[in-house]
Amino acid sequence: MEALVASAVGLLTAAGIYLVLRLRTFPVIIGTSLLTYAVNIFLFGSGRLLPDAPAVLRDGVDVYTDPLPQALVLTAIVISFGMTAVVVIIALGSWLSNDDDRVDAPALQQENETVDPRA
Amino acid sequence: MTHWIVLPVVLPAMLAAVLVLVTRYHPVLQRTFSMAGTLGLLALALGLFWRASDGTIDIYQLGHWPAPFGIVLVADRLSTLMVLITATLAPLVLLYAIGSGWDKRGWHFHALFQFQLMGIMGAFLTGDLFNLFVFFEVLLIASYGLMIHAGGAARLRAGVQYVLYNLLGSTLFLFALGTIYAQTGTLNMADLALRVSVLSADDTGGIRVAAVLLLLVFAIKAALLPLHFWLPASYAEAPAPVAALFSIMTKVGAYGIIRVYTLIFPPTLETTQGLMGTWLLPAAVLTLAMGMIGVLGAARLDRLVAFSVIGSMGMLLSAVGVFTPDGISAALYYAVHSTFAAAALFLLVDVLRDRRGDVGAHLRDAGVITGGPLIAGLFFVAAIVMTGLPPLSGFVGKLLVMQSAWGHGLHWWVWGAVLGGSLIAVVGFARAGSQIFWRSHQVMVAEVPDGDTLPPVEAEESNPDLPAPTPPRTPVVAIGGVIAVIVGLTIFAGPVTATMQATADQLFTPAPYIDVVLNTEGKQIPSADYADTPDVDLEEEGY
Repeated sequence: MEALVASAVGLLTAAGIYLVLRLRTFPVIIGTSLLTYAVNIFLFGSGRLLPDAPAVLRDGVDVYTDPLPQALVLTAIVISFGMTAVVVIIALGSWLSNDDDRVDAPALQQENETVDPRA
Repeated sequence: MTHWIVLPVVLPAMLAAVLVLVTRYHPVLQRTFSMAGTLGLLALALGLFWRASDGTIDIYQLGHWPAPFGIVLVADRLSTLMVLITATLAPLVLLYAIGSGWDKRGWHFHALFQFQLMGIMGAFLTGDLFNLFVFFEVLLIASYGLMIHAGGAARLRAGVQYVLYNLLGSTLFLFALGTIYAQTGTLNMADLALRVSVLSADDTGGIRVAAVLLLLVFAIKAALLPLHFWLPASYAEAPAPVAALFSIMTKVGAYGIIRVYTLIFPPTLETTQGLMGTWLLPAAVLTLAMGMIGVLGAARLDRLVAFSVIGSMGMLLSAVGVFTPDGISAALYYAVHSTFAAAALFLLVDVLRDRRGDVGAHLRDAGVITGGPLIAGLFFVAAIVMTGLPPLSGFVGKLLVMQSAWGHGLHWWVWGAVLGGSLIAVVGFARAGSQIFWRSHQVMVAEVPDGDTLPPVEAEESNPDLPAPTPPRTPVVAIGGVIAVIVGLTIFAGPVTATMQATADQLFTPAPYIDVVLNTEGKQIPSADYADTPDVDLEEEGY
């Protein structure tokens, strides 16, 4: 199971980084989502992988899994979910007002523009 | 245990909710509430600073759970100092935002501003690494909203880059936290300090990785050289009051480095030897050089100021990288100074951008600026402060940084970068200043801006046929306030450096901090409760 979880984290991270390095917002956002999945599984594993063990105190149970990483993962999932929603909205706004969805700024062109930078 | 510590977090959080839900359609009420709340925050920060000023370390146990199990907020000298800087900056920036009408150019400026303050205060006060992550996210998500406040194509594009960069930084932070937890089983900073120091020598692989990852995370926030790319575009495109407030955000990164690498991975720790001297210091020196070269090369005034922020972060982190009590004390003085210097410059850039019509922040010929002499004087003072010329606080800070670097193996590099960088920055600022204020007379004033798509707010309400109205005074008053703080920092440099020295000394003797956090009694649960309640509760709840 360790090998499976570890390779899942590795594959998700590798795919996420590849997509983050693309130039369009869509693959970049998918990439950040994959990275957050990877980090969630990684956090889950940081409390050691222990199958068939409850996290909450019960009668007649001697072996428990660490409950803290599960709470951490829950927080991380909520935060990354919210952040993904924010970045999708901002990227949409940027696409609609710029007429293209490149992530990198065409720096030289921008410097030479005469329009008000506040506009 | 005092409840005052949690108030700097709770007050903006509650106020922001009121601002969104109750005063949504009442700009005047929003402004009043927001300003009153920020002034209240300043009073709280002063109180906390005063409490910590005799070396007391206060803690607040959330829910009264004792330390490694519950989350604690800790108010020591460093935390209260950073809280005080933020709380001093906030009302001035808010005054500018109100005076210039920036807060009316989009929705929810005041609510986001308060949420941002909540995140910053929490990040400075927390004593738990995961809680630090959560407060980072709070301040980031508020900053995303503030960054794209009032919209616009260029700003949204810069906003996307800023958000994505910080999203990756957050992911890295989580990886670091997971690694730390896997190795030590705790995320409380004081508890970590104890556990890391007793790790056996052949079992330090994970914690070394985590130490480097954490340094990278804080380096992203602090805009250290290879990770600084997000800063120039974000700060230049952000609305001016937001950019001025963001000048405290880079210090959150510096705070993280100072806190974590004095408490959890102190310089005496064998495991993380060389992280500061071998990696942070050279990177900081390069950051300093690159920032100042950027000042010289910038084609727009807002970018110029953004690069000077990178340069000043390089200066600050050079002092941190020396990692002696003297170095930290110099870094703290420089942190206060550069926060206010950057804020003053960002606000001035906005005033200039408004008054130069079409040309905006581009360093090209433009008409004469209304209120020129006063604005020029303020710009002159702010530029002197930022480049570190005598007599103002930049000079004092630079001397402290250079003094603290003396005796370190790389001190010639630090001295060279500080002095050479300052010279380049002086040339860069002098070029920008003469372009804006002196060459303005060479073109005709009659060139009325015709493509100005977003006129200043005060112009919207007046008759467009009339000549340009007198610009409002409040923004200039706010900038004057920031400059006054800087002047105060220079005049009282003696007492201030003494405070910084005491702060650094407290950081380098972490034992009292650890003792207060771990040995404060929390909630006592009678053991009978353990025996009785679980079966009943679990069955009733349907488990």
